[in-house]
Amino acid sequence: MSGARADALGIAAFVLVVACAAFALGSNVALTFVMMALYATLMAQAWNLLGGFGGQFSFGHALFFGTGAYVQAIAQVSGGINAWAALPLAVGAAGVVGLLIGALAFRYGLKGSYFALVTLAFAEVFRILALSLGFTGGGVGMMLPLRASATNLQFASPRGYVLMLLGFVTLALAVTAWLRHSRFGASLQAVRDNEDAARALGIAPFRVKLIATVLSGAFMGAAGAFYVQAFQYIDPAIAFGATTSVEALLGAIVGGMGTLWGPVLGALALHALAELTRNLFGALPGINMVIYGSVLVLIVMFMPRGIAGLGVALRWTRRDCLGGAREHDRERTKGQP
Amino acid sequence: MTEPLLHVDKLSITFGGLKAVDGVSLSLQRGTLAALIGPNGAGKTTLFAGVSGFLRPGSGRVVFNGHDITGRAPHLNARAGMTRTFQIVQPFAAQTVRENIAVGAHLHIAGRAAALREAELVAERVGLAAQLDKPASDLTVAGRKRLELARALATRPQLLLLDEVLAGLNPHEISEMIPVVRGLAASGVTVLMIEHVMQAVMNLAQHVWVLAQGRLIAEGAPTDVTRNAAVIEAYLGHGAAERLRKGALR
Amino acid sequence: MFDFSILFPSLLNGLTTGAVYALVALGLTLIYGVLHIINFAHGAALMLALYGVYVLRTRFGIDPYLALPVMVAGMFVFGYALQRVVINRASHGKDENILLVTLGLSIVMENAALLVFKSDTRSIETPYTLTTVAIGPAMIALPKIVAFFGSLVVAGVLLWVVQRTDLGRAIRAVAKEKQGARLMGIDVAHVYALSYGIGLACLGAAACFLLPAFYVNPQVGSGFVLVSFTIVVLGGMGSFAGALLGGFLVGIVESLGGLFLGDSLGQVGIYLIFIAVLLFRPQGLFGDRV
Repeated sequence: MSGARADALGIAAFVLVVACAAFALGSNVALTFVMMALYATLMAQAWNLLGGFGGQFSFGHALFFGTGAYVQAIAQVSGGINAWAALPLAVGAAGVVGLLIGALAFRYGLKGSYFALVTLAFAEVFRILALSLGFTGGGVGMMLPLRASATNLQFASPRGYVLMLLGFVTLALAVTAWLRHSRFGASLQAVRDNEDAARALGIAPFRVKLIATVLSGAFMGAAGAFYVQAFQYIDPAIAFGATTSVEALLGAIVGGMGTLWGPVLGALALHALAELTRNLFGALPGINMVIYGSVLVLIVMFMPRGIAGLGVALRWTRRDCLGGAREHDRERTKGQP
Repeated sequence: MTEPLLHVDKLSITFGGLKAVDGVSLSLQRGTLAALIGPNGAGKTTLFAGVSGFLRPGSGRVVFNGHDITGRAPHLNARAGMTRTFQIVQPFAAQTVRENIAVGAHLHIAGRAAALREAELVAERVGLAAQLDKPASDLTVAGRKRLELARALATRPQLLLLDEVLAGLNPHEISEMIPVVRGLAASGVTVLMIEHVMQAVMNLAQHVWVLAQGRLIAEGAPTDVTRNAAVIEAYLGHGAAERLRKGALR
Repeated sequence: MFDFSILFPSLLNGLTTGAVYALVALGLTLIYGVLHIINFAHGAALMLALYGVYVLRTRFGIDPYLALPVMVAGMFVFGYALQRVVINRASHGKDENILLVTLGLSIVMENAALLVFKSDTRSIETPYTLTTVAIGPAMIALPKIVAFFGSLVVAGVLLWVVQRTDLGRAIRAVAKEKQGARLMGIDVAHVYALSYGIGLACLGAAACFLLPAFYVNPQVGSGFVLVSFTIVVLGGMGSFAGALLGGFLVGIVESLGGLFLGDSLGQVGIYLIFIAVLLFRPQGLFGDRV
């Protein structure tokens, strides 16, 4: 089982490096960079579980982010619950939303573009509801009273948030590694690659995709909960807006879908790019997203396997309409298929 | 007489507005290697789809191992021991040969390492041992057919529905595949194969069913069936049987 | 509860808006029907077209209705180039890639507009923007009435092109069976780009009709994306008649929804219809079973 061991070692090394960085780095700027990079990583990992490994592209992943964020906020502000206790509620709520949306979408056989559209539609519905309903604070959003203390899951220095995110990111890495080396992961990827073939081999696509959606939603909800704790504020646009959805999918795609380290690489690259942009162009409205959008287009055009895919020797397959046989057969040695 | 492993009872499947399968009945005994033949468009693959649960039959029954499984979902049938392959090969293109076969192995094996080991063993049986670490997309047509077969084998089926596993292979590849298929039956797997390659049918099949325009027009031993006038007409057209007979007499 | 004198204008407004929606959806239907791609960039392209009309009016003093030929031609060229140069190269044979690349394009377009025009909502003034016409108890803005008839005319032209011209025949051939069409000597890549160009040209026309009665800001695109998809899916992917009817239906639902629920929640009605159609009747009202 050397593959699993290699992954485990890699994850351990990653945790070590980041933890050391968290304690070695002193400046707020540096720590904030690490924090935001980890935040982007968590979202990309969440999306990757469903999109990269499950093959279901969600264009409305903010749906789960916003659910986690609002539950985290409302539990504390309206419910008086402690931040640490609110966290499992937020993550759980996001998972439940994943369960419901997934059940609905997969029960009716939505896939591909239809699935992407339906997730987008649900995110929009939630956004409008958050805008219109009272207990979410409406358009004004919700603010968390600033009370910096570890018991309150609020930290004076970004270091605390870095460690909080590191916990979630590590868990996401572990889950991703598990997908790479488990029967469930094999089933999920089989469904992704060819659902009919998977069914013929005894795999139940509905159940498998549903579980992936719940996991993906839960991790995205965790990112939402982090946001609320770190910035003490949430509103419908941030919670359920397109920007959040796009950031999640972009990190996974740029880094390499369906890989362990893709989301980490992609999120880091994108965040570095965003910082660079900010330094070069200041806070021009829209410049960041113009660059993100361009990156998405360019990656899909020229580097569809993302950064992680660059090192892999696999050739990009082209499925032609005659069902999979390659147009040119490789030279055959006698007797060798 | 022992109960048949598979019993299809007056199965009808309407597909795209056409009655693609019309009142087909057949009984397959355990341990046999049987073939389903017929001209193109006869409804053979549709029959497979209906039996294995990919299509819901309009009427009729499918009984497998004594249980009525009519219209049951394919993955449940696979778990019960009925696995089908596809006429147009469906590899998990982005995964290696080993990983592909392991998916099948996982039906009965929970552990990843054990499933991968099983995949190696199965690959050896079908002659894919040298390709284990290649991505499935890199295989030739013949290789993909073997992979399709290997993946299905790894599920340890009682009944294997092979859909044109020899299509697209050259004569050399076919002659290599035939012993593999024969070996399956020898190992206790009941095989029902859709096939156009008559050489294979004559060589392998103990019993043949002939489908034409959705209906069963003949059944029996391969030599009998191929001499059946109705069968000849189905393949070669109206009057062909008579012409052949006359030609043989001259 | 609500009497006729309030419902009727709402209905008429819904119809006029619906006509423009229908025009937008027709372009999307053509693109989906031929290229079998979900053009995520459709809303953003409409937004750009609206800005185009705006600039033509404020910078060059050209009346939006007179700008029709310019906008239609301009959007056509833009669409053709976009499909030929970018989208075609990105597909690699997989549908998901088209989805992603058109998403990326929509992001670039929306935020480029944000950069250039800032987020202010803008509208134009012409001698007739404030004119209203009385129809029964309703006072309907003149631009809306022009939009209604104009959209129908453009839709008619589009349908004529597709059904009766050689170009239309080529487009339909490619839509049905692209390999076969290729074998017949049809340049498939060219037809793809043409179809995409025509789809966007519809947006150019729609923008000319829309702006006098509406407004533009960088975010209007995303509103139109889901509305146009709802219409296309509701009408049945690839059905022109369905897109037309769907457009009117959605326009009316939106108008009545806004009347009863207020603007924000009224929008929710559309999205819920969309979700319901996707789940329960993905072939729409007129499409064949998917």
